[in-house]
Amino acid sequence: MKFSETYIGGILFASASLLTGLRTTLKEFFTPKVTEQYPENRATLKISERHRAMLYMPLDENGNNKCIACGLCQSACPNSTIIVKTKNIVDEESGKSKKVLDEYIYDLGSCMFCQLCVNACPKDAIAFNNQFENAVFDRKKLVIRLNK
Amino acid sequence: MYNFEIITSAIDHFLHSVMPAQLAVITECVLIAVCTLVAYVAFAIVMIFMERKVCAAFQCRLGPTRVGFWGLLQVFADVFKMLIKEIISINNSDSLLYRLAPYLVVLSSILTFSCLPFDKGLQVLDFNVGVFFLMAASSFGVLGILLAGWSSNNKFSMIGAMRSGAQMISYELSIGLCMLTMVVLSGTMQISEIVEQQVDGWFIFKGHLPAVVAFIIYLIAGNAETNRAPFDLPEAESELTAGYHTEYSGMHFGFFYVAEFMNLFIVAGIASTLFLGGWTPLYIKGFDSFNAIMDYIPGIVWFLGKTFFLIWVLMWFRWTFPRLRVDHVPTLEWKYMVPIGLVNLLIMTICVVMNWIF
Repeated sequence: MKFSETYIGGILFASASLLTGLRTTLKEFFTPKVTEQYPENRATLKISERHRAMLYMPLDENGNNKCIACGLCQSACPNSTIIVKTKNIVDEESGKSKKVLDEYIYDLGSCMFCQLCVNACPKDAIAFNNQFENAVFDRKKLVIRLNK
Repeated sequence: MYNFEIITSAIDHFLHSVMPAQLAVITECVLIAVCTLVAYVAFAIVMIFMERKVCAAFQCRLGPTRVGFWGLLQVFADVFKMLIKEIISINNSDSLLYRLAPYLVVLSSILTFSCLPFDKGLQVLDFNVGVFFLMAASSFGVLGILLAGWSSNNKFSMIGAMRSGAQMISYELSIGLCMLTMVVLSGTMQISEIVEQQVDGWFIFKGHLPAVVAFIIYLIAGNAETNRAPFDLPEAESELTAGYHTEYSGMHFGFFYVAEFMNLFIVAGIASTLFLGGWTPLYIKGFDSFNAIMDYIPGIVWFLGKTFFLIWVLMWFRWTFPRLRVDHVPTLEWKYMVPIGLVNLLIMTICVVMNWIF
């Protein structure tokens, strides 16, 4: 029989484990609190970089997005949130027809922020940023064209 | 040393000088009743606010901050909400007992509350078997809880009330043993006398080991007595919705709620009276200037300081420990706390007889 299973040992063991719990909560009592007083602390608000609030298209130095209109994000999206509209343009040098992005439509209202589209993208053309103040009065305003 | 008897006897003389003796006694009774109720409600409000803030701090939150400065008006908003809610009458419930139950609970808690010695001479009920009266008054609160569960025609209420009855009656035993231990040490049951004896040293220092053990057992049993976590099986919300007060609404629920909070205050108050010296200041032998400074702090500040510290400790327990399993509650009481309490009482008696106390 182990000592911790005897009567006295049980009391001592239990007291020790209860004191461990008390020490943990006491530490928590004195740590700085994590509550965000949101509208007041808007200027100093820090949001984690990995927070997924809104899909956007990062631009390169020339101001172009990296989208190649492959449509992988559209097929990866479980909610049909993304619609990639393409158009064909004729390349002037070779004379071949080429598929390019026409409109990248993103419906914030049906997005569930699963990040599957970002993971599916072969060119890192889309990403999530942390602009979370997205409330609007009309649902139609949630349907956004991401490419400029 | 401050003494409230000067003020109370001055009021007594004044009332006797302006009206006949009988009328004066009645007036005094009414005055005391009003003061007790006001103090009762005031402490309940302070405690509910404290519970919210302390709970928040233990969970790394800020707690209420919006209603009033630093959330100070939050409790008043809660009380107002409670007051304007409808008191629903339940079909097939025992109407008389259903309405009587919350008042019994509050009555027991007010009776116990009036035994607390807030300061020298600032105590409503004080007579030679004060500790007995205190126990008797505090133990009929369980009757109200049992009636509430029985009369509300709801199986969850019934189970909650039965659990509560089993738990409170068994833990009363430990509380009684701890109080007896301190009565053995002090040699009196009069509460004012018990406090008076601690002027030259609090009982927890005077009684050393047995007093410390009694103090710890008292805190555990007191926590169980107030039906608070980790002993909140009577109202275990995951199993029994809200236990015995499931069917109560509005101010009837409010009475249960306030009584629960005030029982916590009472448990802490009695603990500070019996173990930490009530309103007596902290003296250290040999440090005369330190003792003189301590004398300047009024007794009521000492009493409330100790009481609120113990309340904080009990809240600390509440927000640390998970709820006990239902068969562990009687095990803890009957297999651990009662035997230890009995042995502790014996040790204390030996200590007092052999004069091994400080």
